Amino acid sequence: METLNLFIKSIFVDNMVFAFFFGMCSYIAVSKKVKTANGLGLAVIFVLAATVPINFLINKYILSPGALTWISDSFAGVDLSFLSYILFIAVIAAFVQLVEMVVEKFAPALYNQLGIFLPLIAVNCAIMGASLFMQQNNYPNAGVATVYGLGSGIGWWLAIVIMAAIREKVSYSHVPKALKGPGIAFIITGLLGMSFMIFSGIQL
Amino acid sequence: MSNEVKEALFSAKNMQSLTNPFSRNNPVIVQILGICSALAVTVQLKPSVVMALSVTVVTGLSNLILSLLRKGIPDRIRIIVQLVVIAALVILVDQVLKAFVYDVSKQLSVYVGLIITNCIVMGRVEAFALSNKPWPSLLDGIGNGLGYGVILVIIGFVRELFGSGTLWGVRIIPESFYEAGYANNGLMLFPPMALILVGIIIWVHRSKNTDLQEKE
Repeated sequence: METLNLFIKSIFVDNMVFAFFFGMCSYIAVSKKVKTANGLGLAVIFVLAATVPINFLINKYILSPGALTWISDSFAGVDLSFLSYILFIAVIAAFVQLVEMVVEKFAPALYNQLGIFLPLIAVNCAIMGASLFMQQNNYPNAGVATVYGLGSGIGWWLAIVIMAAIREKVSYSHVPKALKGPGIAFIITGLLGMSFMIFSGIQL
Repeated sequence: MSNEVKEALFSAKNMQSLTNPFSRNNPVIVQILGICSALAVTVQLKPSVVMALSVTVVTGLSNLILSLLRKGIPDRIRIIVQLVVIAALVILVDQVLKAFVYDVSKQLSVYVGLIITNCIVMGRVEAFALSNKPWPSLLDGIGNGLGYGVILVIIGFVRELFGSGTLWGVRIIPESFYEAGYANNGLMLFPPMALILVGIIIWVHRSKNTDLQEKE
């Protein structure tokens, strides 16, 4: 039950985009068409659901204070947590590279849809942000961390698809000239964020 | 080539890469980069300033270092090399913040780590440092960091002043105003208002610089 709560919470209440502004750069840049937005969103879900548990294991067995005791008791006092940024980003960049190669080899059709977005994802702050929050929140096991990654990814996908659908319609309306493009996109995101704030009242 | 060597340290071209990012080519409101942290840390002025300085240090140094390394990095693995250099710099900044301004470092929480994935840093390295000499790259990095900082400070100023009636933690709006019925705008403290503020800044900026407006 707790896990289900975490899942729903990470989609709606702690939405990556509206509550933490994660992945804003690609969110604004790629939300002009629903189709491309959908592709990037799905790629983010996949990468998040995979990298959060990997980084969870790294954090648990290598980085956190006293984590190295599984090698030998003499490592009990070692605290490597200052290395977490560099290890997390290395895992993410390597994973993204790997996924890109695997998808290109075995599913060329999917690669044509997702391919161009995959390199973008390595520097999408949503991925790194989720790993850092996972480290901060101390989830009990890798399963829960996976659920958190999956939920956050779905939240991000939901946000970018909604945004792209709105922007497709907005392009037909008379927006003030200086506000066209990114300006109106920010204001729409702000209004969407306000409407997502209603979820914060839900007690889970 | 010899002309370039003789080029003065503060020649017009070099100064331009330092000053352009303030308005004409601002990373946040024109290039739309590095939004995540620009919005999340600006509830108060103090963390905004600290964040702006940290990002300036990281962009400046990463541009400098990667520009020095640019001839030795194979093209295929450049992203990983860039990330490693940037991550190392961010770790340094993070440790310094923890040592000297611990309270702000707690407030910034994960957003210090997210400087690594801040698109400004990567963007400037890719677009400028890898094809330019170290000194102009350093100036470009510092310029972009400060251009980012200007926006952060504006947003932080507005949000703290109207959201909690203080600046840098000092009360600005006098008690008598509150007694007369003035109330803080609680919405300013929530994330959506930061987005709307950026939208308004873009609006004002593009009204003044009509050439930046999107064509039909």
